[in-house]
Amino acid sequence: MNIQEALLEYCLRLGDNSLIIGHRMSEWCGHGPILEQDIALINIALDHIGQARNWLTLAGELEGMGRTEDDFAYKRDAHQFRNLLITELPNGNWGDTIMRCFLFDTFNFYLHQILQHSKHDGIAAIAEKSLKEINYHLKYSSEWVIRLGDGTDVSHKKMQNALDDLWMFTGEMFEADEVDNLMLEESIGADLQQIKEAWNDYVREVLEEATLKIPENNWFQKGGKQGRHTEYMGYILAEMQFLPRAYPDAVW
Amino acid sequence: MLSNEELEKEFQAKIDAEIKIEPKDWMPEAYRKTLIRQISQHAHSEVVGMLPEGNWITRAPSLRSKVILLAKVQDEAGHGLYLYSAAETLGVDREDLIEELHTGKAKYSSIFNYPTLTWADIGAIGWLVDGAAIANQVMLCRTSYGPYARAMVRICKEESFHQRQGYEIMLKMAKGTPEQKQMAQDALNRWWWPSLMMFGPPDDKSIHSAQSLKWKIKRQTNDELRQEFIDKTVKQAEYLGLTIPDPHLKWNEERQHYDFGPINWEEFYQVINGNGPCNRQRLKARIKAHEEGAWVREAAIAYAEKKQAKKTAA
Ligand SMILES: [Fe+2]
Ligand SMILES: [Fe+2]
Repeated sequence: MNIQEALLEYCLRLGDNSLIIGHRMSEWCGHGPILEQDIALINIALDHIGQARNWLTLAGELEGMGRTEDDFAYKRDAHQFRNLLITELPNGNWGDTIMRCFLFDTFNFYLHQILQHSKHDGIAAIAEKSLKEINYHLKYSSEWVIRLGDGTDVSHKKMQNALDDLWMFTGEMFEADEVDNLMLEESIGADLQQIKEAWNDYVREVLEEATLKIPENNWFQKGGKQGRHTEYMGYILAEMQFLPRAYPDAVW
Repeated sequence: MLSNEELEKEFQAKIDAEIKIEPKDWMPEAYRKTLIRQISQHAHSEVVGMLPEGNWITRAPSLRSKVILLAKVQDEAGHGLYLYSAAETLGVDREDLIEELHTGKAKYSSIFNYPTLTWADIGAIGWLVDGAAIANQVMLCRTSYGPYARAMVRICKEESFHQRQGYEIMLKMAKGTPEQKQMAQDALNRWWWPSLMMFGPPDDKSIHSAQSLKWKIKRQTNDELRQEFIDKTVKQAEYLGLTIPDPHLKWNEERQHYDFGPINWEEFYQVINGNGPCNRQRLKARIKAHEEGAWVREAAIAYAEKKQAKKTAA
């Protein structure tokens, strides 16, 4: 793998994470527990999809084959998507969604904090712009994890259950492969080990305040970054890509 | 102290002089009730209206159109919030109003009981439904109750965006492939008549109209607004190259308005009273969201109380 190939992969990972988690969050639209939080979740979904557009557009430029953001979003099959598995899991209840956001947002925050200083100007620019939004996402999900974890007995149980369900999908975030190593060597990408430490500290701190217990399980699921997804991914794409697939000649 | 009669006279004099009524001002009980009914109905419509459009968010055919639709539905949620707040200035509780929606005691705009079957429906809703809403809401910017009028000014600005965005979708589809054009025509066929019904029953059948006009809650009649909307929309349909599904539609030189065919009011009353294609599913979706969200709301309150207790103890 050469640097150009790794760079494209790297952008797709960033773009696909945003696109797929944004898709999941947009499913809440109109169904949230209270109007104010409906609005907040739509806001965050909007941020994610906006960020996805930036990353996928950059990916198209780097590739130089004329592919657009929509070509990447609508004309790839599941094995060509590079998002983390945690982003594609179904929403579950509102607490499950918030816990997923929290675990992912923490990672995303430290990742973008490093990427804003990337040697690659395009990556640095998008990271810097996204960071303000991600900062808000993390604040929002952290506050809700604490509120629900330390709320009522019912909410505490639901949040502990959400954490137990999601924990095995967190390890993948820090698992470096050839792409990550190459990007790190070139000072383009982030050091995942460094992120892992920061992630651990912050997640522990918030979960403690939320009175939640970190699961002991240390066996992690992985594969999303390399295109091996869960069963859920195909359904996301079947829904998301329906129109462009059914009417390939149409412009929308 | 002034008698009720004198107070009412004073109140009407204020209305006639175009002075806005504010929450702390004296107002006839019937005025308050009418406003609560109308504003809460309006708020419920914004919130229920999120559902038919939300139906296409995950299937929007481009990322750009997905973002526009998400932002639009978010605006509608915001409209719901402003309007619930406006209603609360009249001494009611949002939670109680929502309860009335869920038990079927309160109504919402019948238009949202129709299904969104294709992407063109998202265009048609923006163009026609937001368009009809604007006609009504522009009038309400000058309504006599201050908080309602001010909420409407904010809302109207966003609604005109929605209409433009909806029309843009229609334009793309009407000028697109034959399949797209057909979807656009089909959407117009299905949404046209229900959009005309949004203005409410004809003036001679409208039970609340006369009093609302006198109080300047409304400033134009249902039929006037409907005519205005038709006159404006016919040209827009022509530009799209689509046919409005009304064989009686014809320019009347003498009236300087379009004549149009009879509206199926039987359908309107059936849909209002629960027999539309999606009434049950819309209401169920709202109730489900509310019930499944109860633990979240309860936890938020419990947590806030814990925090408060800690603060006072410290
Ligand atoms: Fe609205
Ligand atoms: Fe609107």
